[in-house]
Amino acid sequence: MIELLLSFWDMVPAGLQTLLIIILKIVVIVVPIMLSVAYITLAERKVIGYIQVRIGPNRVGPRGILQPIADGLKLILKEVIIPTNANRFLFVIAPLLALAPALACWAVIPFNDGWVLADIDAGLLYVLALSSMGVYGLIIAGWASNSKYAFLGSIRSAAQMVSYEIAMGFALVGVLMAAGSMNLSAIVESQAGSFLHWFWLPLLPLFLIYFIAGLAETNRAPFDVAEGESEIVAGFHVEYSGMAFALFFLAEYANMILISALTALMFLGGWLSPFQGIPGLEALFSFVPGIVWLLAKISFLLFLFLWFRATFPRYRYDQVMRLGWKVFIPITIFWLLVIGVGVMAKIGPWFD
Amino acid sequence: MSKVQHYLKSFLLWELLLGLKLTGRYFFKTKITVQYPEEKTPQSNRFRGLHALRRYPNGEERCIACKLCEAVCPALAITIEAEPRDDGSRRTTLYDIDLFKCVYCGFCEEACPVDAIVETRVFEYAFETRDESIMTKEKLLAHGDLHEKQIAADRAQDAKFR
Repeated sequence: MIELLLSFWDMVPAGLQTLLIIILKIVVIVVPIMLSVAYITLAERKVIGYIQVRIGPNRVGPRGILQPIADGLKLILKEVIIPTNANRFLFVIAPLLALAPALACWAVIPFNDGWVLADIDAGLLYVLALSSMGVYGLIIAGWASNSKYAFLGSIRSAAQMVSYEIAMGFALVGVLMAAGSMNLSAIVESQAGSFLHWFWLPLLPLFLIYFIAGLAETNRAPFDVAEGESEIVAGFHVEYSGMAFALFFLAEYANMILISALTALMFLGGWLSPFQGIPGLEALFSFVPGIVWLLAKISFLLFLFLWFRATFPRYRYDQVMRLGWKVFIPITIFWLLVIGVGVMAKIGPWFD
Repeated sequence: MSKVQHYLKSFLLWELLLGLKLTGRYFFKTKITVQYPEEKTPQSNRFRGLHALRRYPNGEERCIACKLCEAVCPALAITIEAEPRDDGSRRTTLYDIDLFKCVYCGFCEEACPVDAIVETRVFEYAFETRDESIMTKEKLLAHGDLHEKQIAADRAQDAKFR
């Protein structure tokens, strides 16, 4: 049977073979991401529930584990209503534009040593470029809805994204300077040593700013002014229903996972074990594959997302702008100078 | 000095960390959710739920059509019509409570000189049509017969406070 399949495989032309393998790799990456997106919605409701001394959803399946499936089914069965005066083409394409970049970014994320779909040297630039693409989906959704609230929401999100993109970009420049490479695998490898060699320590302000700007980029609380339920109903997606609405949510949560993964890769040593370089413990935990450490770090950062949402009230719009322009950008620029000095002076153990 | 302190505090996100600490503590607290259909909170014997009309132990209905409940009802939910029965005693021919109007204040029960109209502990009921929202005399009496034991026990428990 296997020989038959192999001989069949050999008959396939070489170009098609590569294409099929790439598609297979994409499926292997995208399916777990979509599943984790579904289950982050459950985790979010559970975590926020627990913090509010409730127990969260527990009716669908044992302890509520089928809740995301039920939610998904409900949204699929609902009607997609297109407002009369909406621009139909843009209205339908906007959710796709929001979701696609969030998924495309995963092409350059290394899950373990060598486990990466596209090992390109400009990985960081690619991530920066694609993560800014997501905002087009939001702007177009707000514009195409032909509704005041949606329009206000999309303008807010555009302004917010532009402001925080700069601080985020500077934080990435800091990582680039420290690692001396834009290839994400190389960035992780340059952090090898122990958990004190990871970049969170020398780049601590950039680490915090990158994560906070990531909260703002994904429009999560406390920076969810683009949604702003109490002011502009639901922001850019007021007019959306059914699966189109679900796509925006998928995009938001996929972006959350992406930001967590990037933070883990660039500042928390990616797939490197936290016990590296500690005698005894290193050998004890050497059986754990790298991807487990990466997933653990991503999960921890995702928990922070949920924890923040349950703790902080929404920023006022002008304060969001003030924080982005007047606090984050000066700090990042200052810290770039510090890193520059550190790299020139070859301060160990990070820059030698 | 205090200005510097304030600047440092806000710069280091001090208050935000305190907030996170608080919510983090609540994350591990015992949850207080009551899982409703399986678990229920305790009810008072003075609970004011769905109405009922009571009977005397010999089966005679208590209500004597004095219309005090109709008079006291703040929501004008009670409608009563009365005329002498064949044996000469005064009884209601119509006793309707509109549950859409009723505010469950319990004044009818307090006004009643013969403990005929009462509010029971029943609170889980629903209507599928509009006319089901009217509790007629038959429905009230049947409901009273169904729960008489509980009703009597609750009144007995409350007797010394009335």
